[in-house]
Amino acid sequence: MLINLFHTVRSAGVPCTLRELLDLLGALEKNLAFADMEDFYFLSRTILVKDEKNYDKFDRAFEIYFKGIETLEDIFEALIPEDWLRKAFEKELDPEELKKIQSLGGLEKLLEEFKKRLEEQKERHEGGNKWIGTNGTSPFGNNGNNPEGVRVGGEGGNKKAVKVWEQRQFQNLDDSVEIGTRNIKVALRRLRKFARQSADYELDMDGTIKSTARNAGILDINMIPERTNHVKVLIFFDVGGSMDPYIKLCEELFSALKTEFKHLKYFYFHNCVYESVWEDNRRRTQERFLVQDIINKYSADYKVIFVGDATMAPYEITNAGGSIEHWNEEPGGATIRRLCDHFDRVAWLNPVPDDHWDYTSSLCIIRELVDNRMFPLTLKGLEEGMAELSK
Amino acid sequence: MKFTGTKNYVSTEDLSMAVNATIALERPLIIKGEPGTGKTLLAIEVAASLGMELIEWHVKSTTKASQGLYEYDAVTRLRDSQLGDERVKDIKNYIKKGKLWEAFESDKQVVLLIDEIDKADIEFPNDLLQELDRMEFYCYETGETIKAKKRPLIIITSNNEKELPDAFLRRCFFHYIQFPDRPTMEGIVKVHYPKIKKALVKDALDLFFDVRKIPGLKKKPSTSELIDWLKLLMSDELPDEILKNADTSKAIPPLYGALLKNEQDVQLLERLAFMSRREQAK
Repeated sequence: MLINLFHTVRSAGVPCTLRELLDLLGALEKNLAFADMEDFYFLSRTILVKDEKNYDKFDRAFEIYFKGIETLEDIFEALIPEDWLRKAFEKELDPEELKKIQSLGGLEKLLEEFKKRLEEQKERHEGGNKWIGTNGTSPFGNNGNNPEGVRVGGEGGNKKAVKVWEQRQFQNLDDSVEIGTRNIKVALRRLRKFARQSADYELDMDGTIKSTARNAGILDINMIPERTNHVKVLIFFDVGGSMDPYIKLCEELFSALKTEFKHLKYFYFHNCVYESVWEDNRRRTQERFLVQDIINKYSADYKVIFVGDATMAPYEITNAGGSIEHWNEEPGGATIRRLCDHFDRVAWLNPVPDDHWDYTSSLCIIRELVDNRMFPLTLKGLEEGMAELSK
Repeated sequence: MKFTGTKNYVSTEDLSMAVNATIALERPLIIKGEPGTGKTLLAIEVAASLGMELIEWHVKSTTKASQGLYEYDAVTRLRDSQLGDERVKDIKNYIKKGKLWEAFESDKQVVLLIDEIDKADIEFPNDLLQELDRMEFYCYETGETIKAKKRPLIIITSNNEKELPDAFLRRCFFHYIQFPDRPTMEGIVKVHYPKIKKALVKDALDLFFDVRKIPGLKKKPSTSELIDWLKLLMSDELPDEILKNADTSKAIPPLYGALLKNEQDVQLLERLAFMSRREQAK
C-alpha cells in the first residue's frame, strides 16, 4: 500500500504525514494515475510535497525507491548509450581533467571497467569507494568527488531511459536550514507590542455605548485607531571574516525581522563595534555613522539586538588601537558598554553553539560586557532573547 | 472532468496532473512560482475550460480571514434603528456575504481563487483551516451553519513572501510552476501570437534566455514580460537584423523596457554592454 514509498520519502527528509498518504491512496482509487510511472510521479509529488525546496529530496527518494523495481537491463541501457556518455563526459571535463583521465588508461578503458563493475554489482549502492552509486569516491556514480569519475544519471534526451526525477531540476531550491524564516517570525512575535497610533478607523464599541447613553440615546459613534505593532528595534550585524559560515542564517533572521517590524534600523560592524558603524556594506568606507550619534538619536526604549559570533583576538575588544582595520582611539569594549548603558533592553545573538562559548576568551569578554545577555542563534535561544527584550 | 490546458493556456503535464488531483479529491491547490508564470491565469483558465463560474478573492496586507466569510455591518444597523427603518428587524439585512460564503452557497460547483495569500498577516491561513477543510463555517449573528452545497475548486496562489504554516499546507495540494523551458516557451508564444514569424520567435527567445542568464539581475524577465515584449516587437515591425545582431553583451536589446522592469537592471545591462564595447575597442 505504498507504505514503503512513504517511508522512503519521509526518511529522505520530506515532511509528509499519514494524511497525505491517505490522500494519495484516495487519488489512486479514483484512477488518476494508472500504470504510468510519470503520471504517478507527478501525482505523488503534488500530494506529498508541500514546498518546492523539498522537490529535490523527493526526486531522490523516488529514484531510490523505484530503482529496485526496474530491471537491471533497463538501467544498463539507460546508462550506456555510448556516444551520449562520451559526449556528456567530455563536455564536463576541462582539458586538465582530460589529461588526468589518461592516467586511468583512457576513456575506452574507463567505460569498459564501468560495464564490468555494473555487471558485478547487484544492488543500489551509496558511499564506499568501489561500487557504482551515489556520494562515493569510485570513478563511477553520482555526486562523487573523483575527478576521473563517470557521472551516472542526470542529463539525457532519451525519454524512456532518463526519468524526470533523475533530472533533479529542483536541486538548487533545496535548503535544509534548521530555523526557517517562519519559525523565526513566530519567535519574534513575542516582541510585538501593540499600540494605537494612526488615523481613526475602527469602531470603539465601549466608547460609542457610553457617549450614546450620555447623548440621551441619540447615536454618537466613536472611532479609535487600529492596534498596530509598535516595537522599535535597532540591530547591529557583524559581517565578514569569521561570520561567513553564518551568512544564510543571518539572511533568514534579517528577512524575518524586516517583515515583522515597522520601526527597524540596522547597522553593520566588523568583529567588534567601534566608534562608527555603517548601513551599506558596499559603501562602508564612505558612509559611516557615529555610535554617539545613534545614541543621541534613538531613545532608550529602542530594543537593541547584536548579531555576531564575538570571536576575535581579545585585544580587539580591550585595547585602543585594537581594531584590525583602523586606529580606534577607544577600545571597542567601551563602545559596547556605552550602548548597553543607554538602551534599556539589549540582547546579543550568537550563531556559535553555546557549548563552545567557554573556549573563546573574546566571547567571554563580550558576554560580560552585555551582562550575560547573550543567546545562541537557535530557535530556543531566539525565544529566550526575545523574552529578555520584552521584559 | 479533466483539465489539459486550453487554447489560451499551455499547461505542462505535471501542472495538469496537479489540477486533476485537485478536481478529483476536492482539496485546495496551492500554486507557487516566479511572478509572471501564470499562476492567477491558471484559475481563470481552469474555470473557463470546465465551464464553471470563477469567484476571485484578492488578498491584501489588511485582509482578514473573516472578511472572506462575512461581515456584520453593526454601524448601519444602529443608525437604521434610530431612523426607525423597517429593515432593522432582520439581522440578515446587515450581513455582507464574503467570497467564501458566495462560493459555498452556489448551486453549481465554482472555482474560487484566493490570490496572493502570502500578502496577508501570518495568521491568515491559520484562520481558514477549518473552513477550507470541512467547507463549512458558523455565522454567529444569524446562528446558521453555512455548508458548501458543492465543494468549490479552490486555487490559492502565493509569491513566497511569507511561508505558510504546516497545518495549512497539510490540507492542500501543492504545485510549483517551474520557469518554462524552451519548447514550452515556444508553445506559449504560439498560443498568444499564432501568426508571428518563426524566425522572430527564435531570435527573440535566444535573446530572452540570454538576458535571463545575466547574473545579478534583480528581477529576471518572465513569461508575461516576454509576451509583452513580443507584442511590442511585432507592432514596431522591426527589421529582422536588429534582433539578430543584438548580442546582449554588445548592446542592450531593443525595447528593453518591456523586459526589464527595474532601473538598476537596465543600468547593469548598459554597463555590461559598455564594458564589452571597450574591450573590443582595445
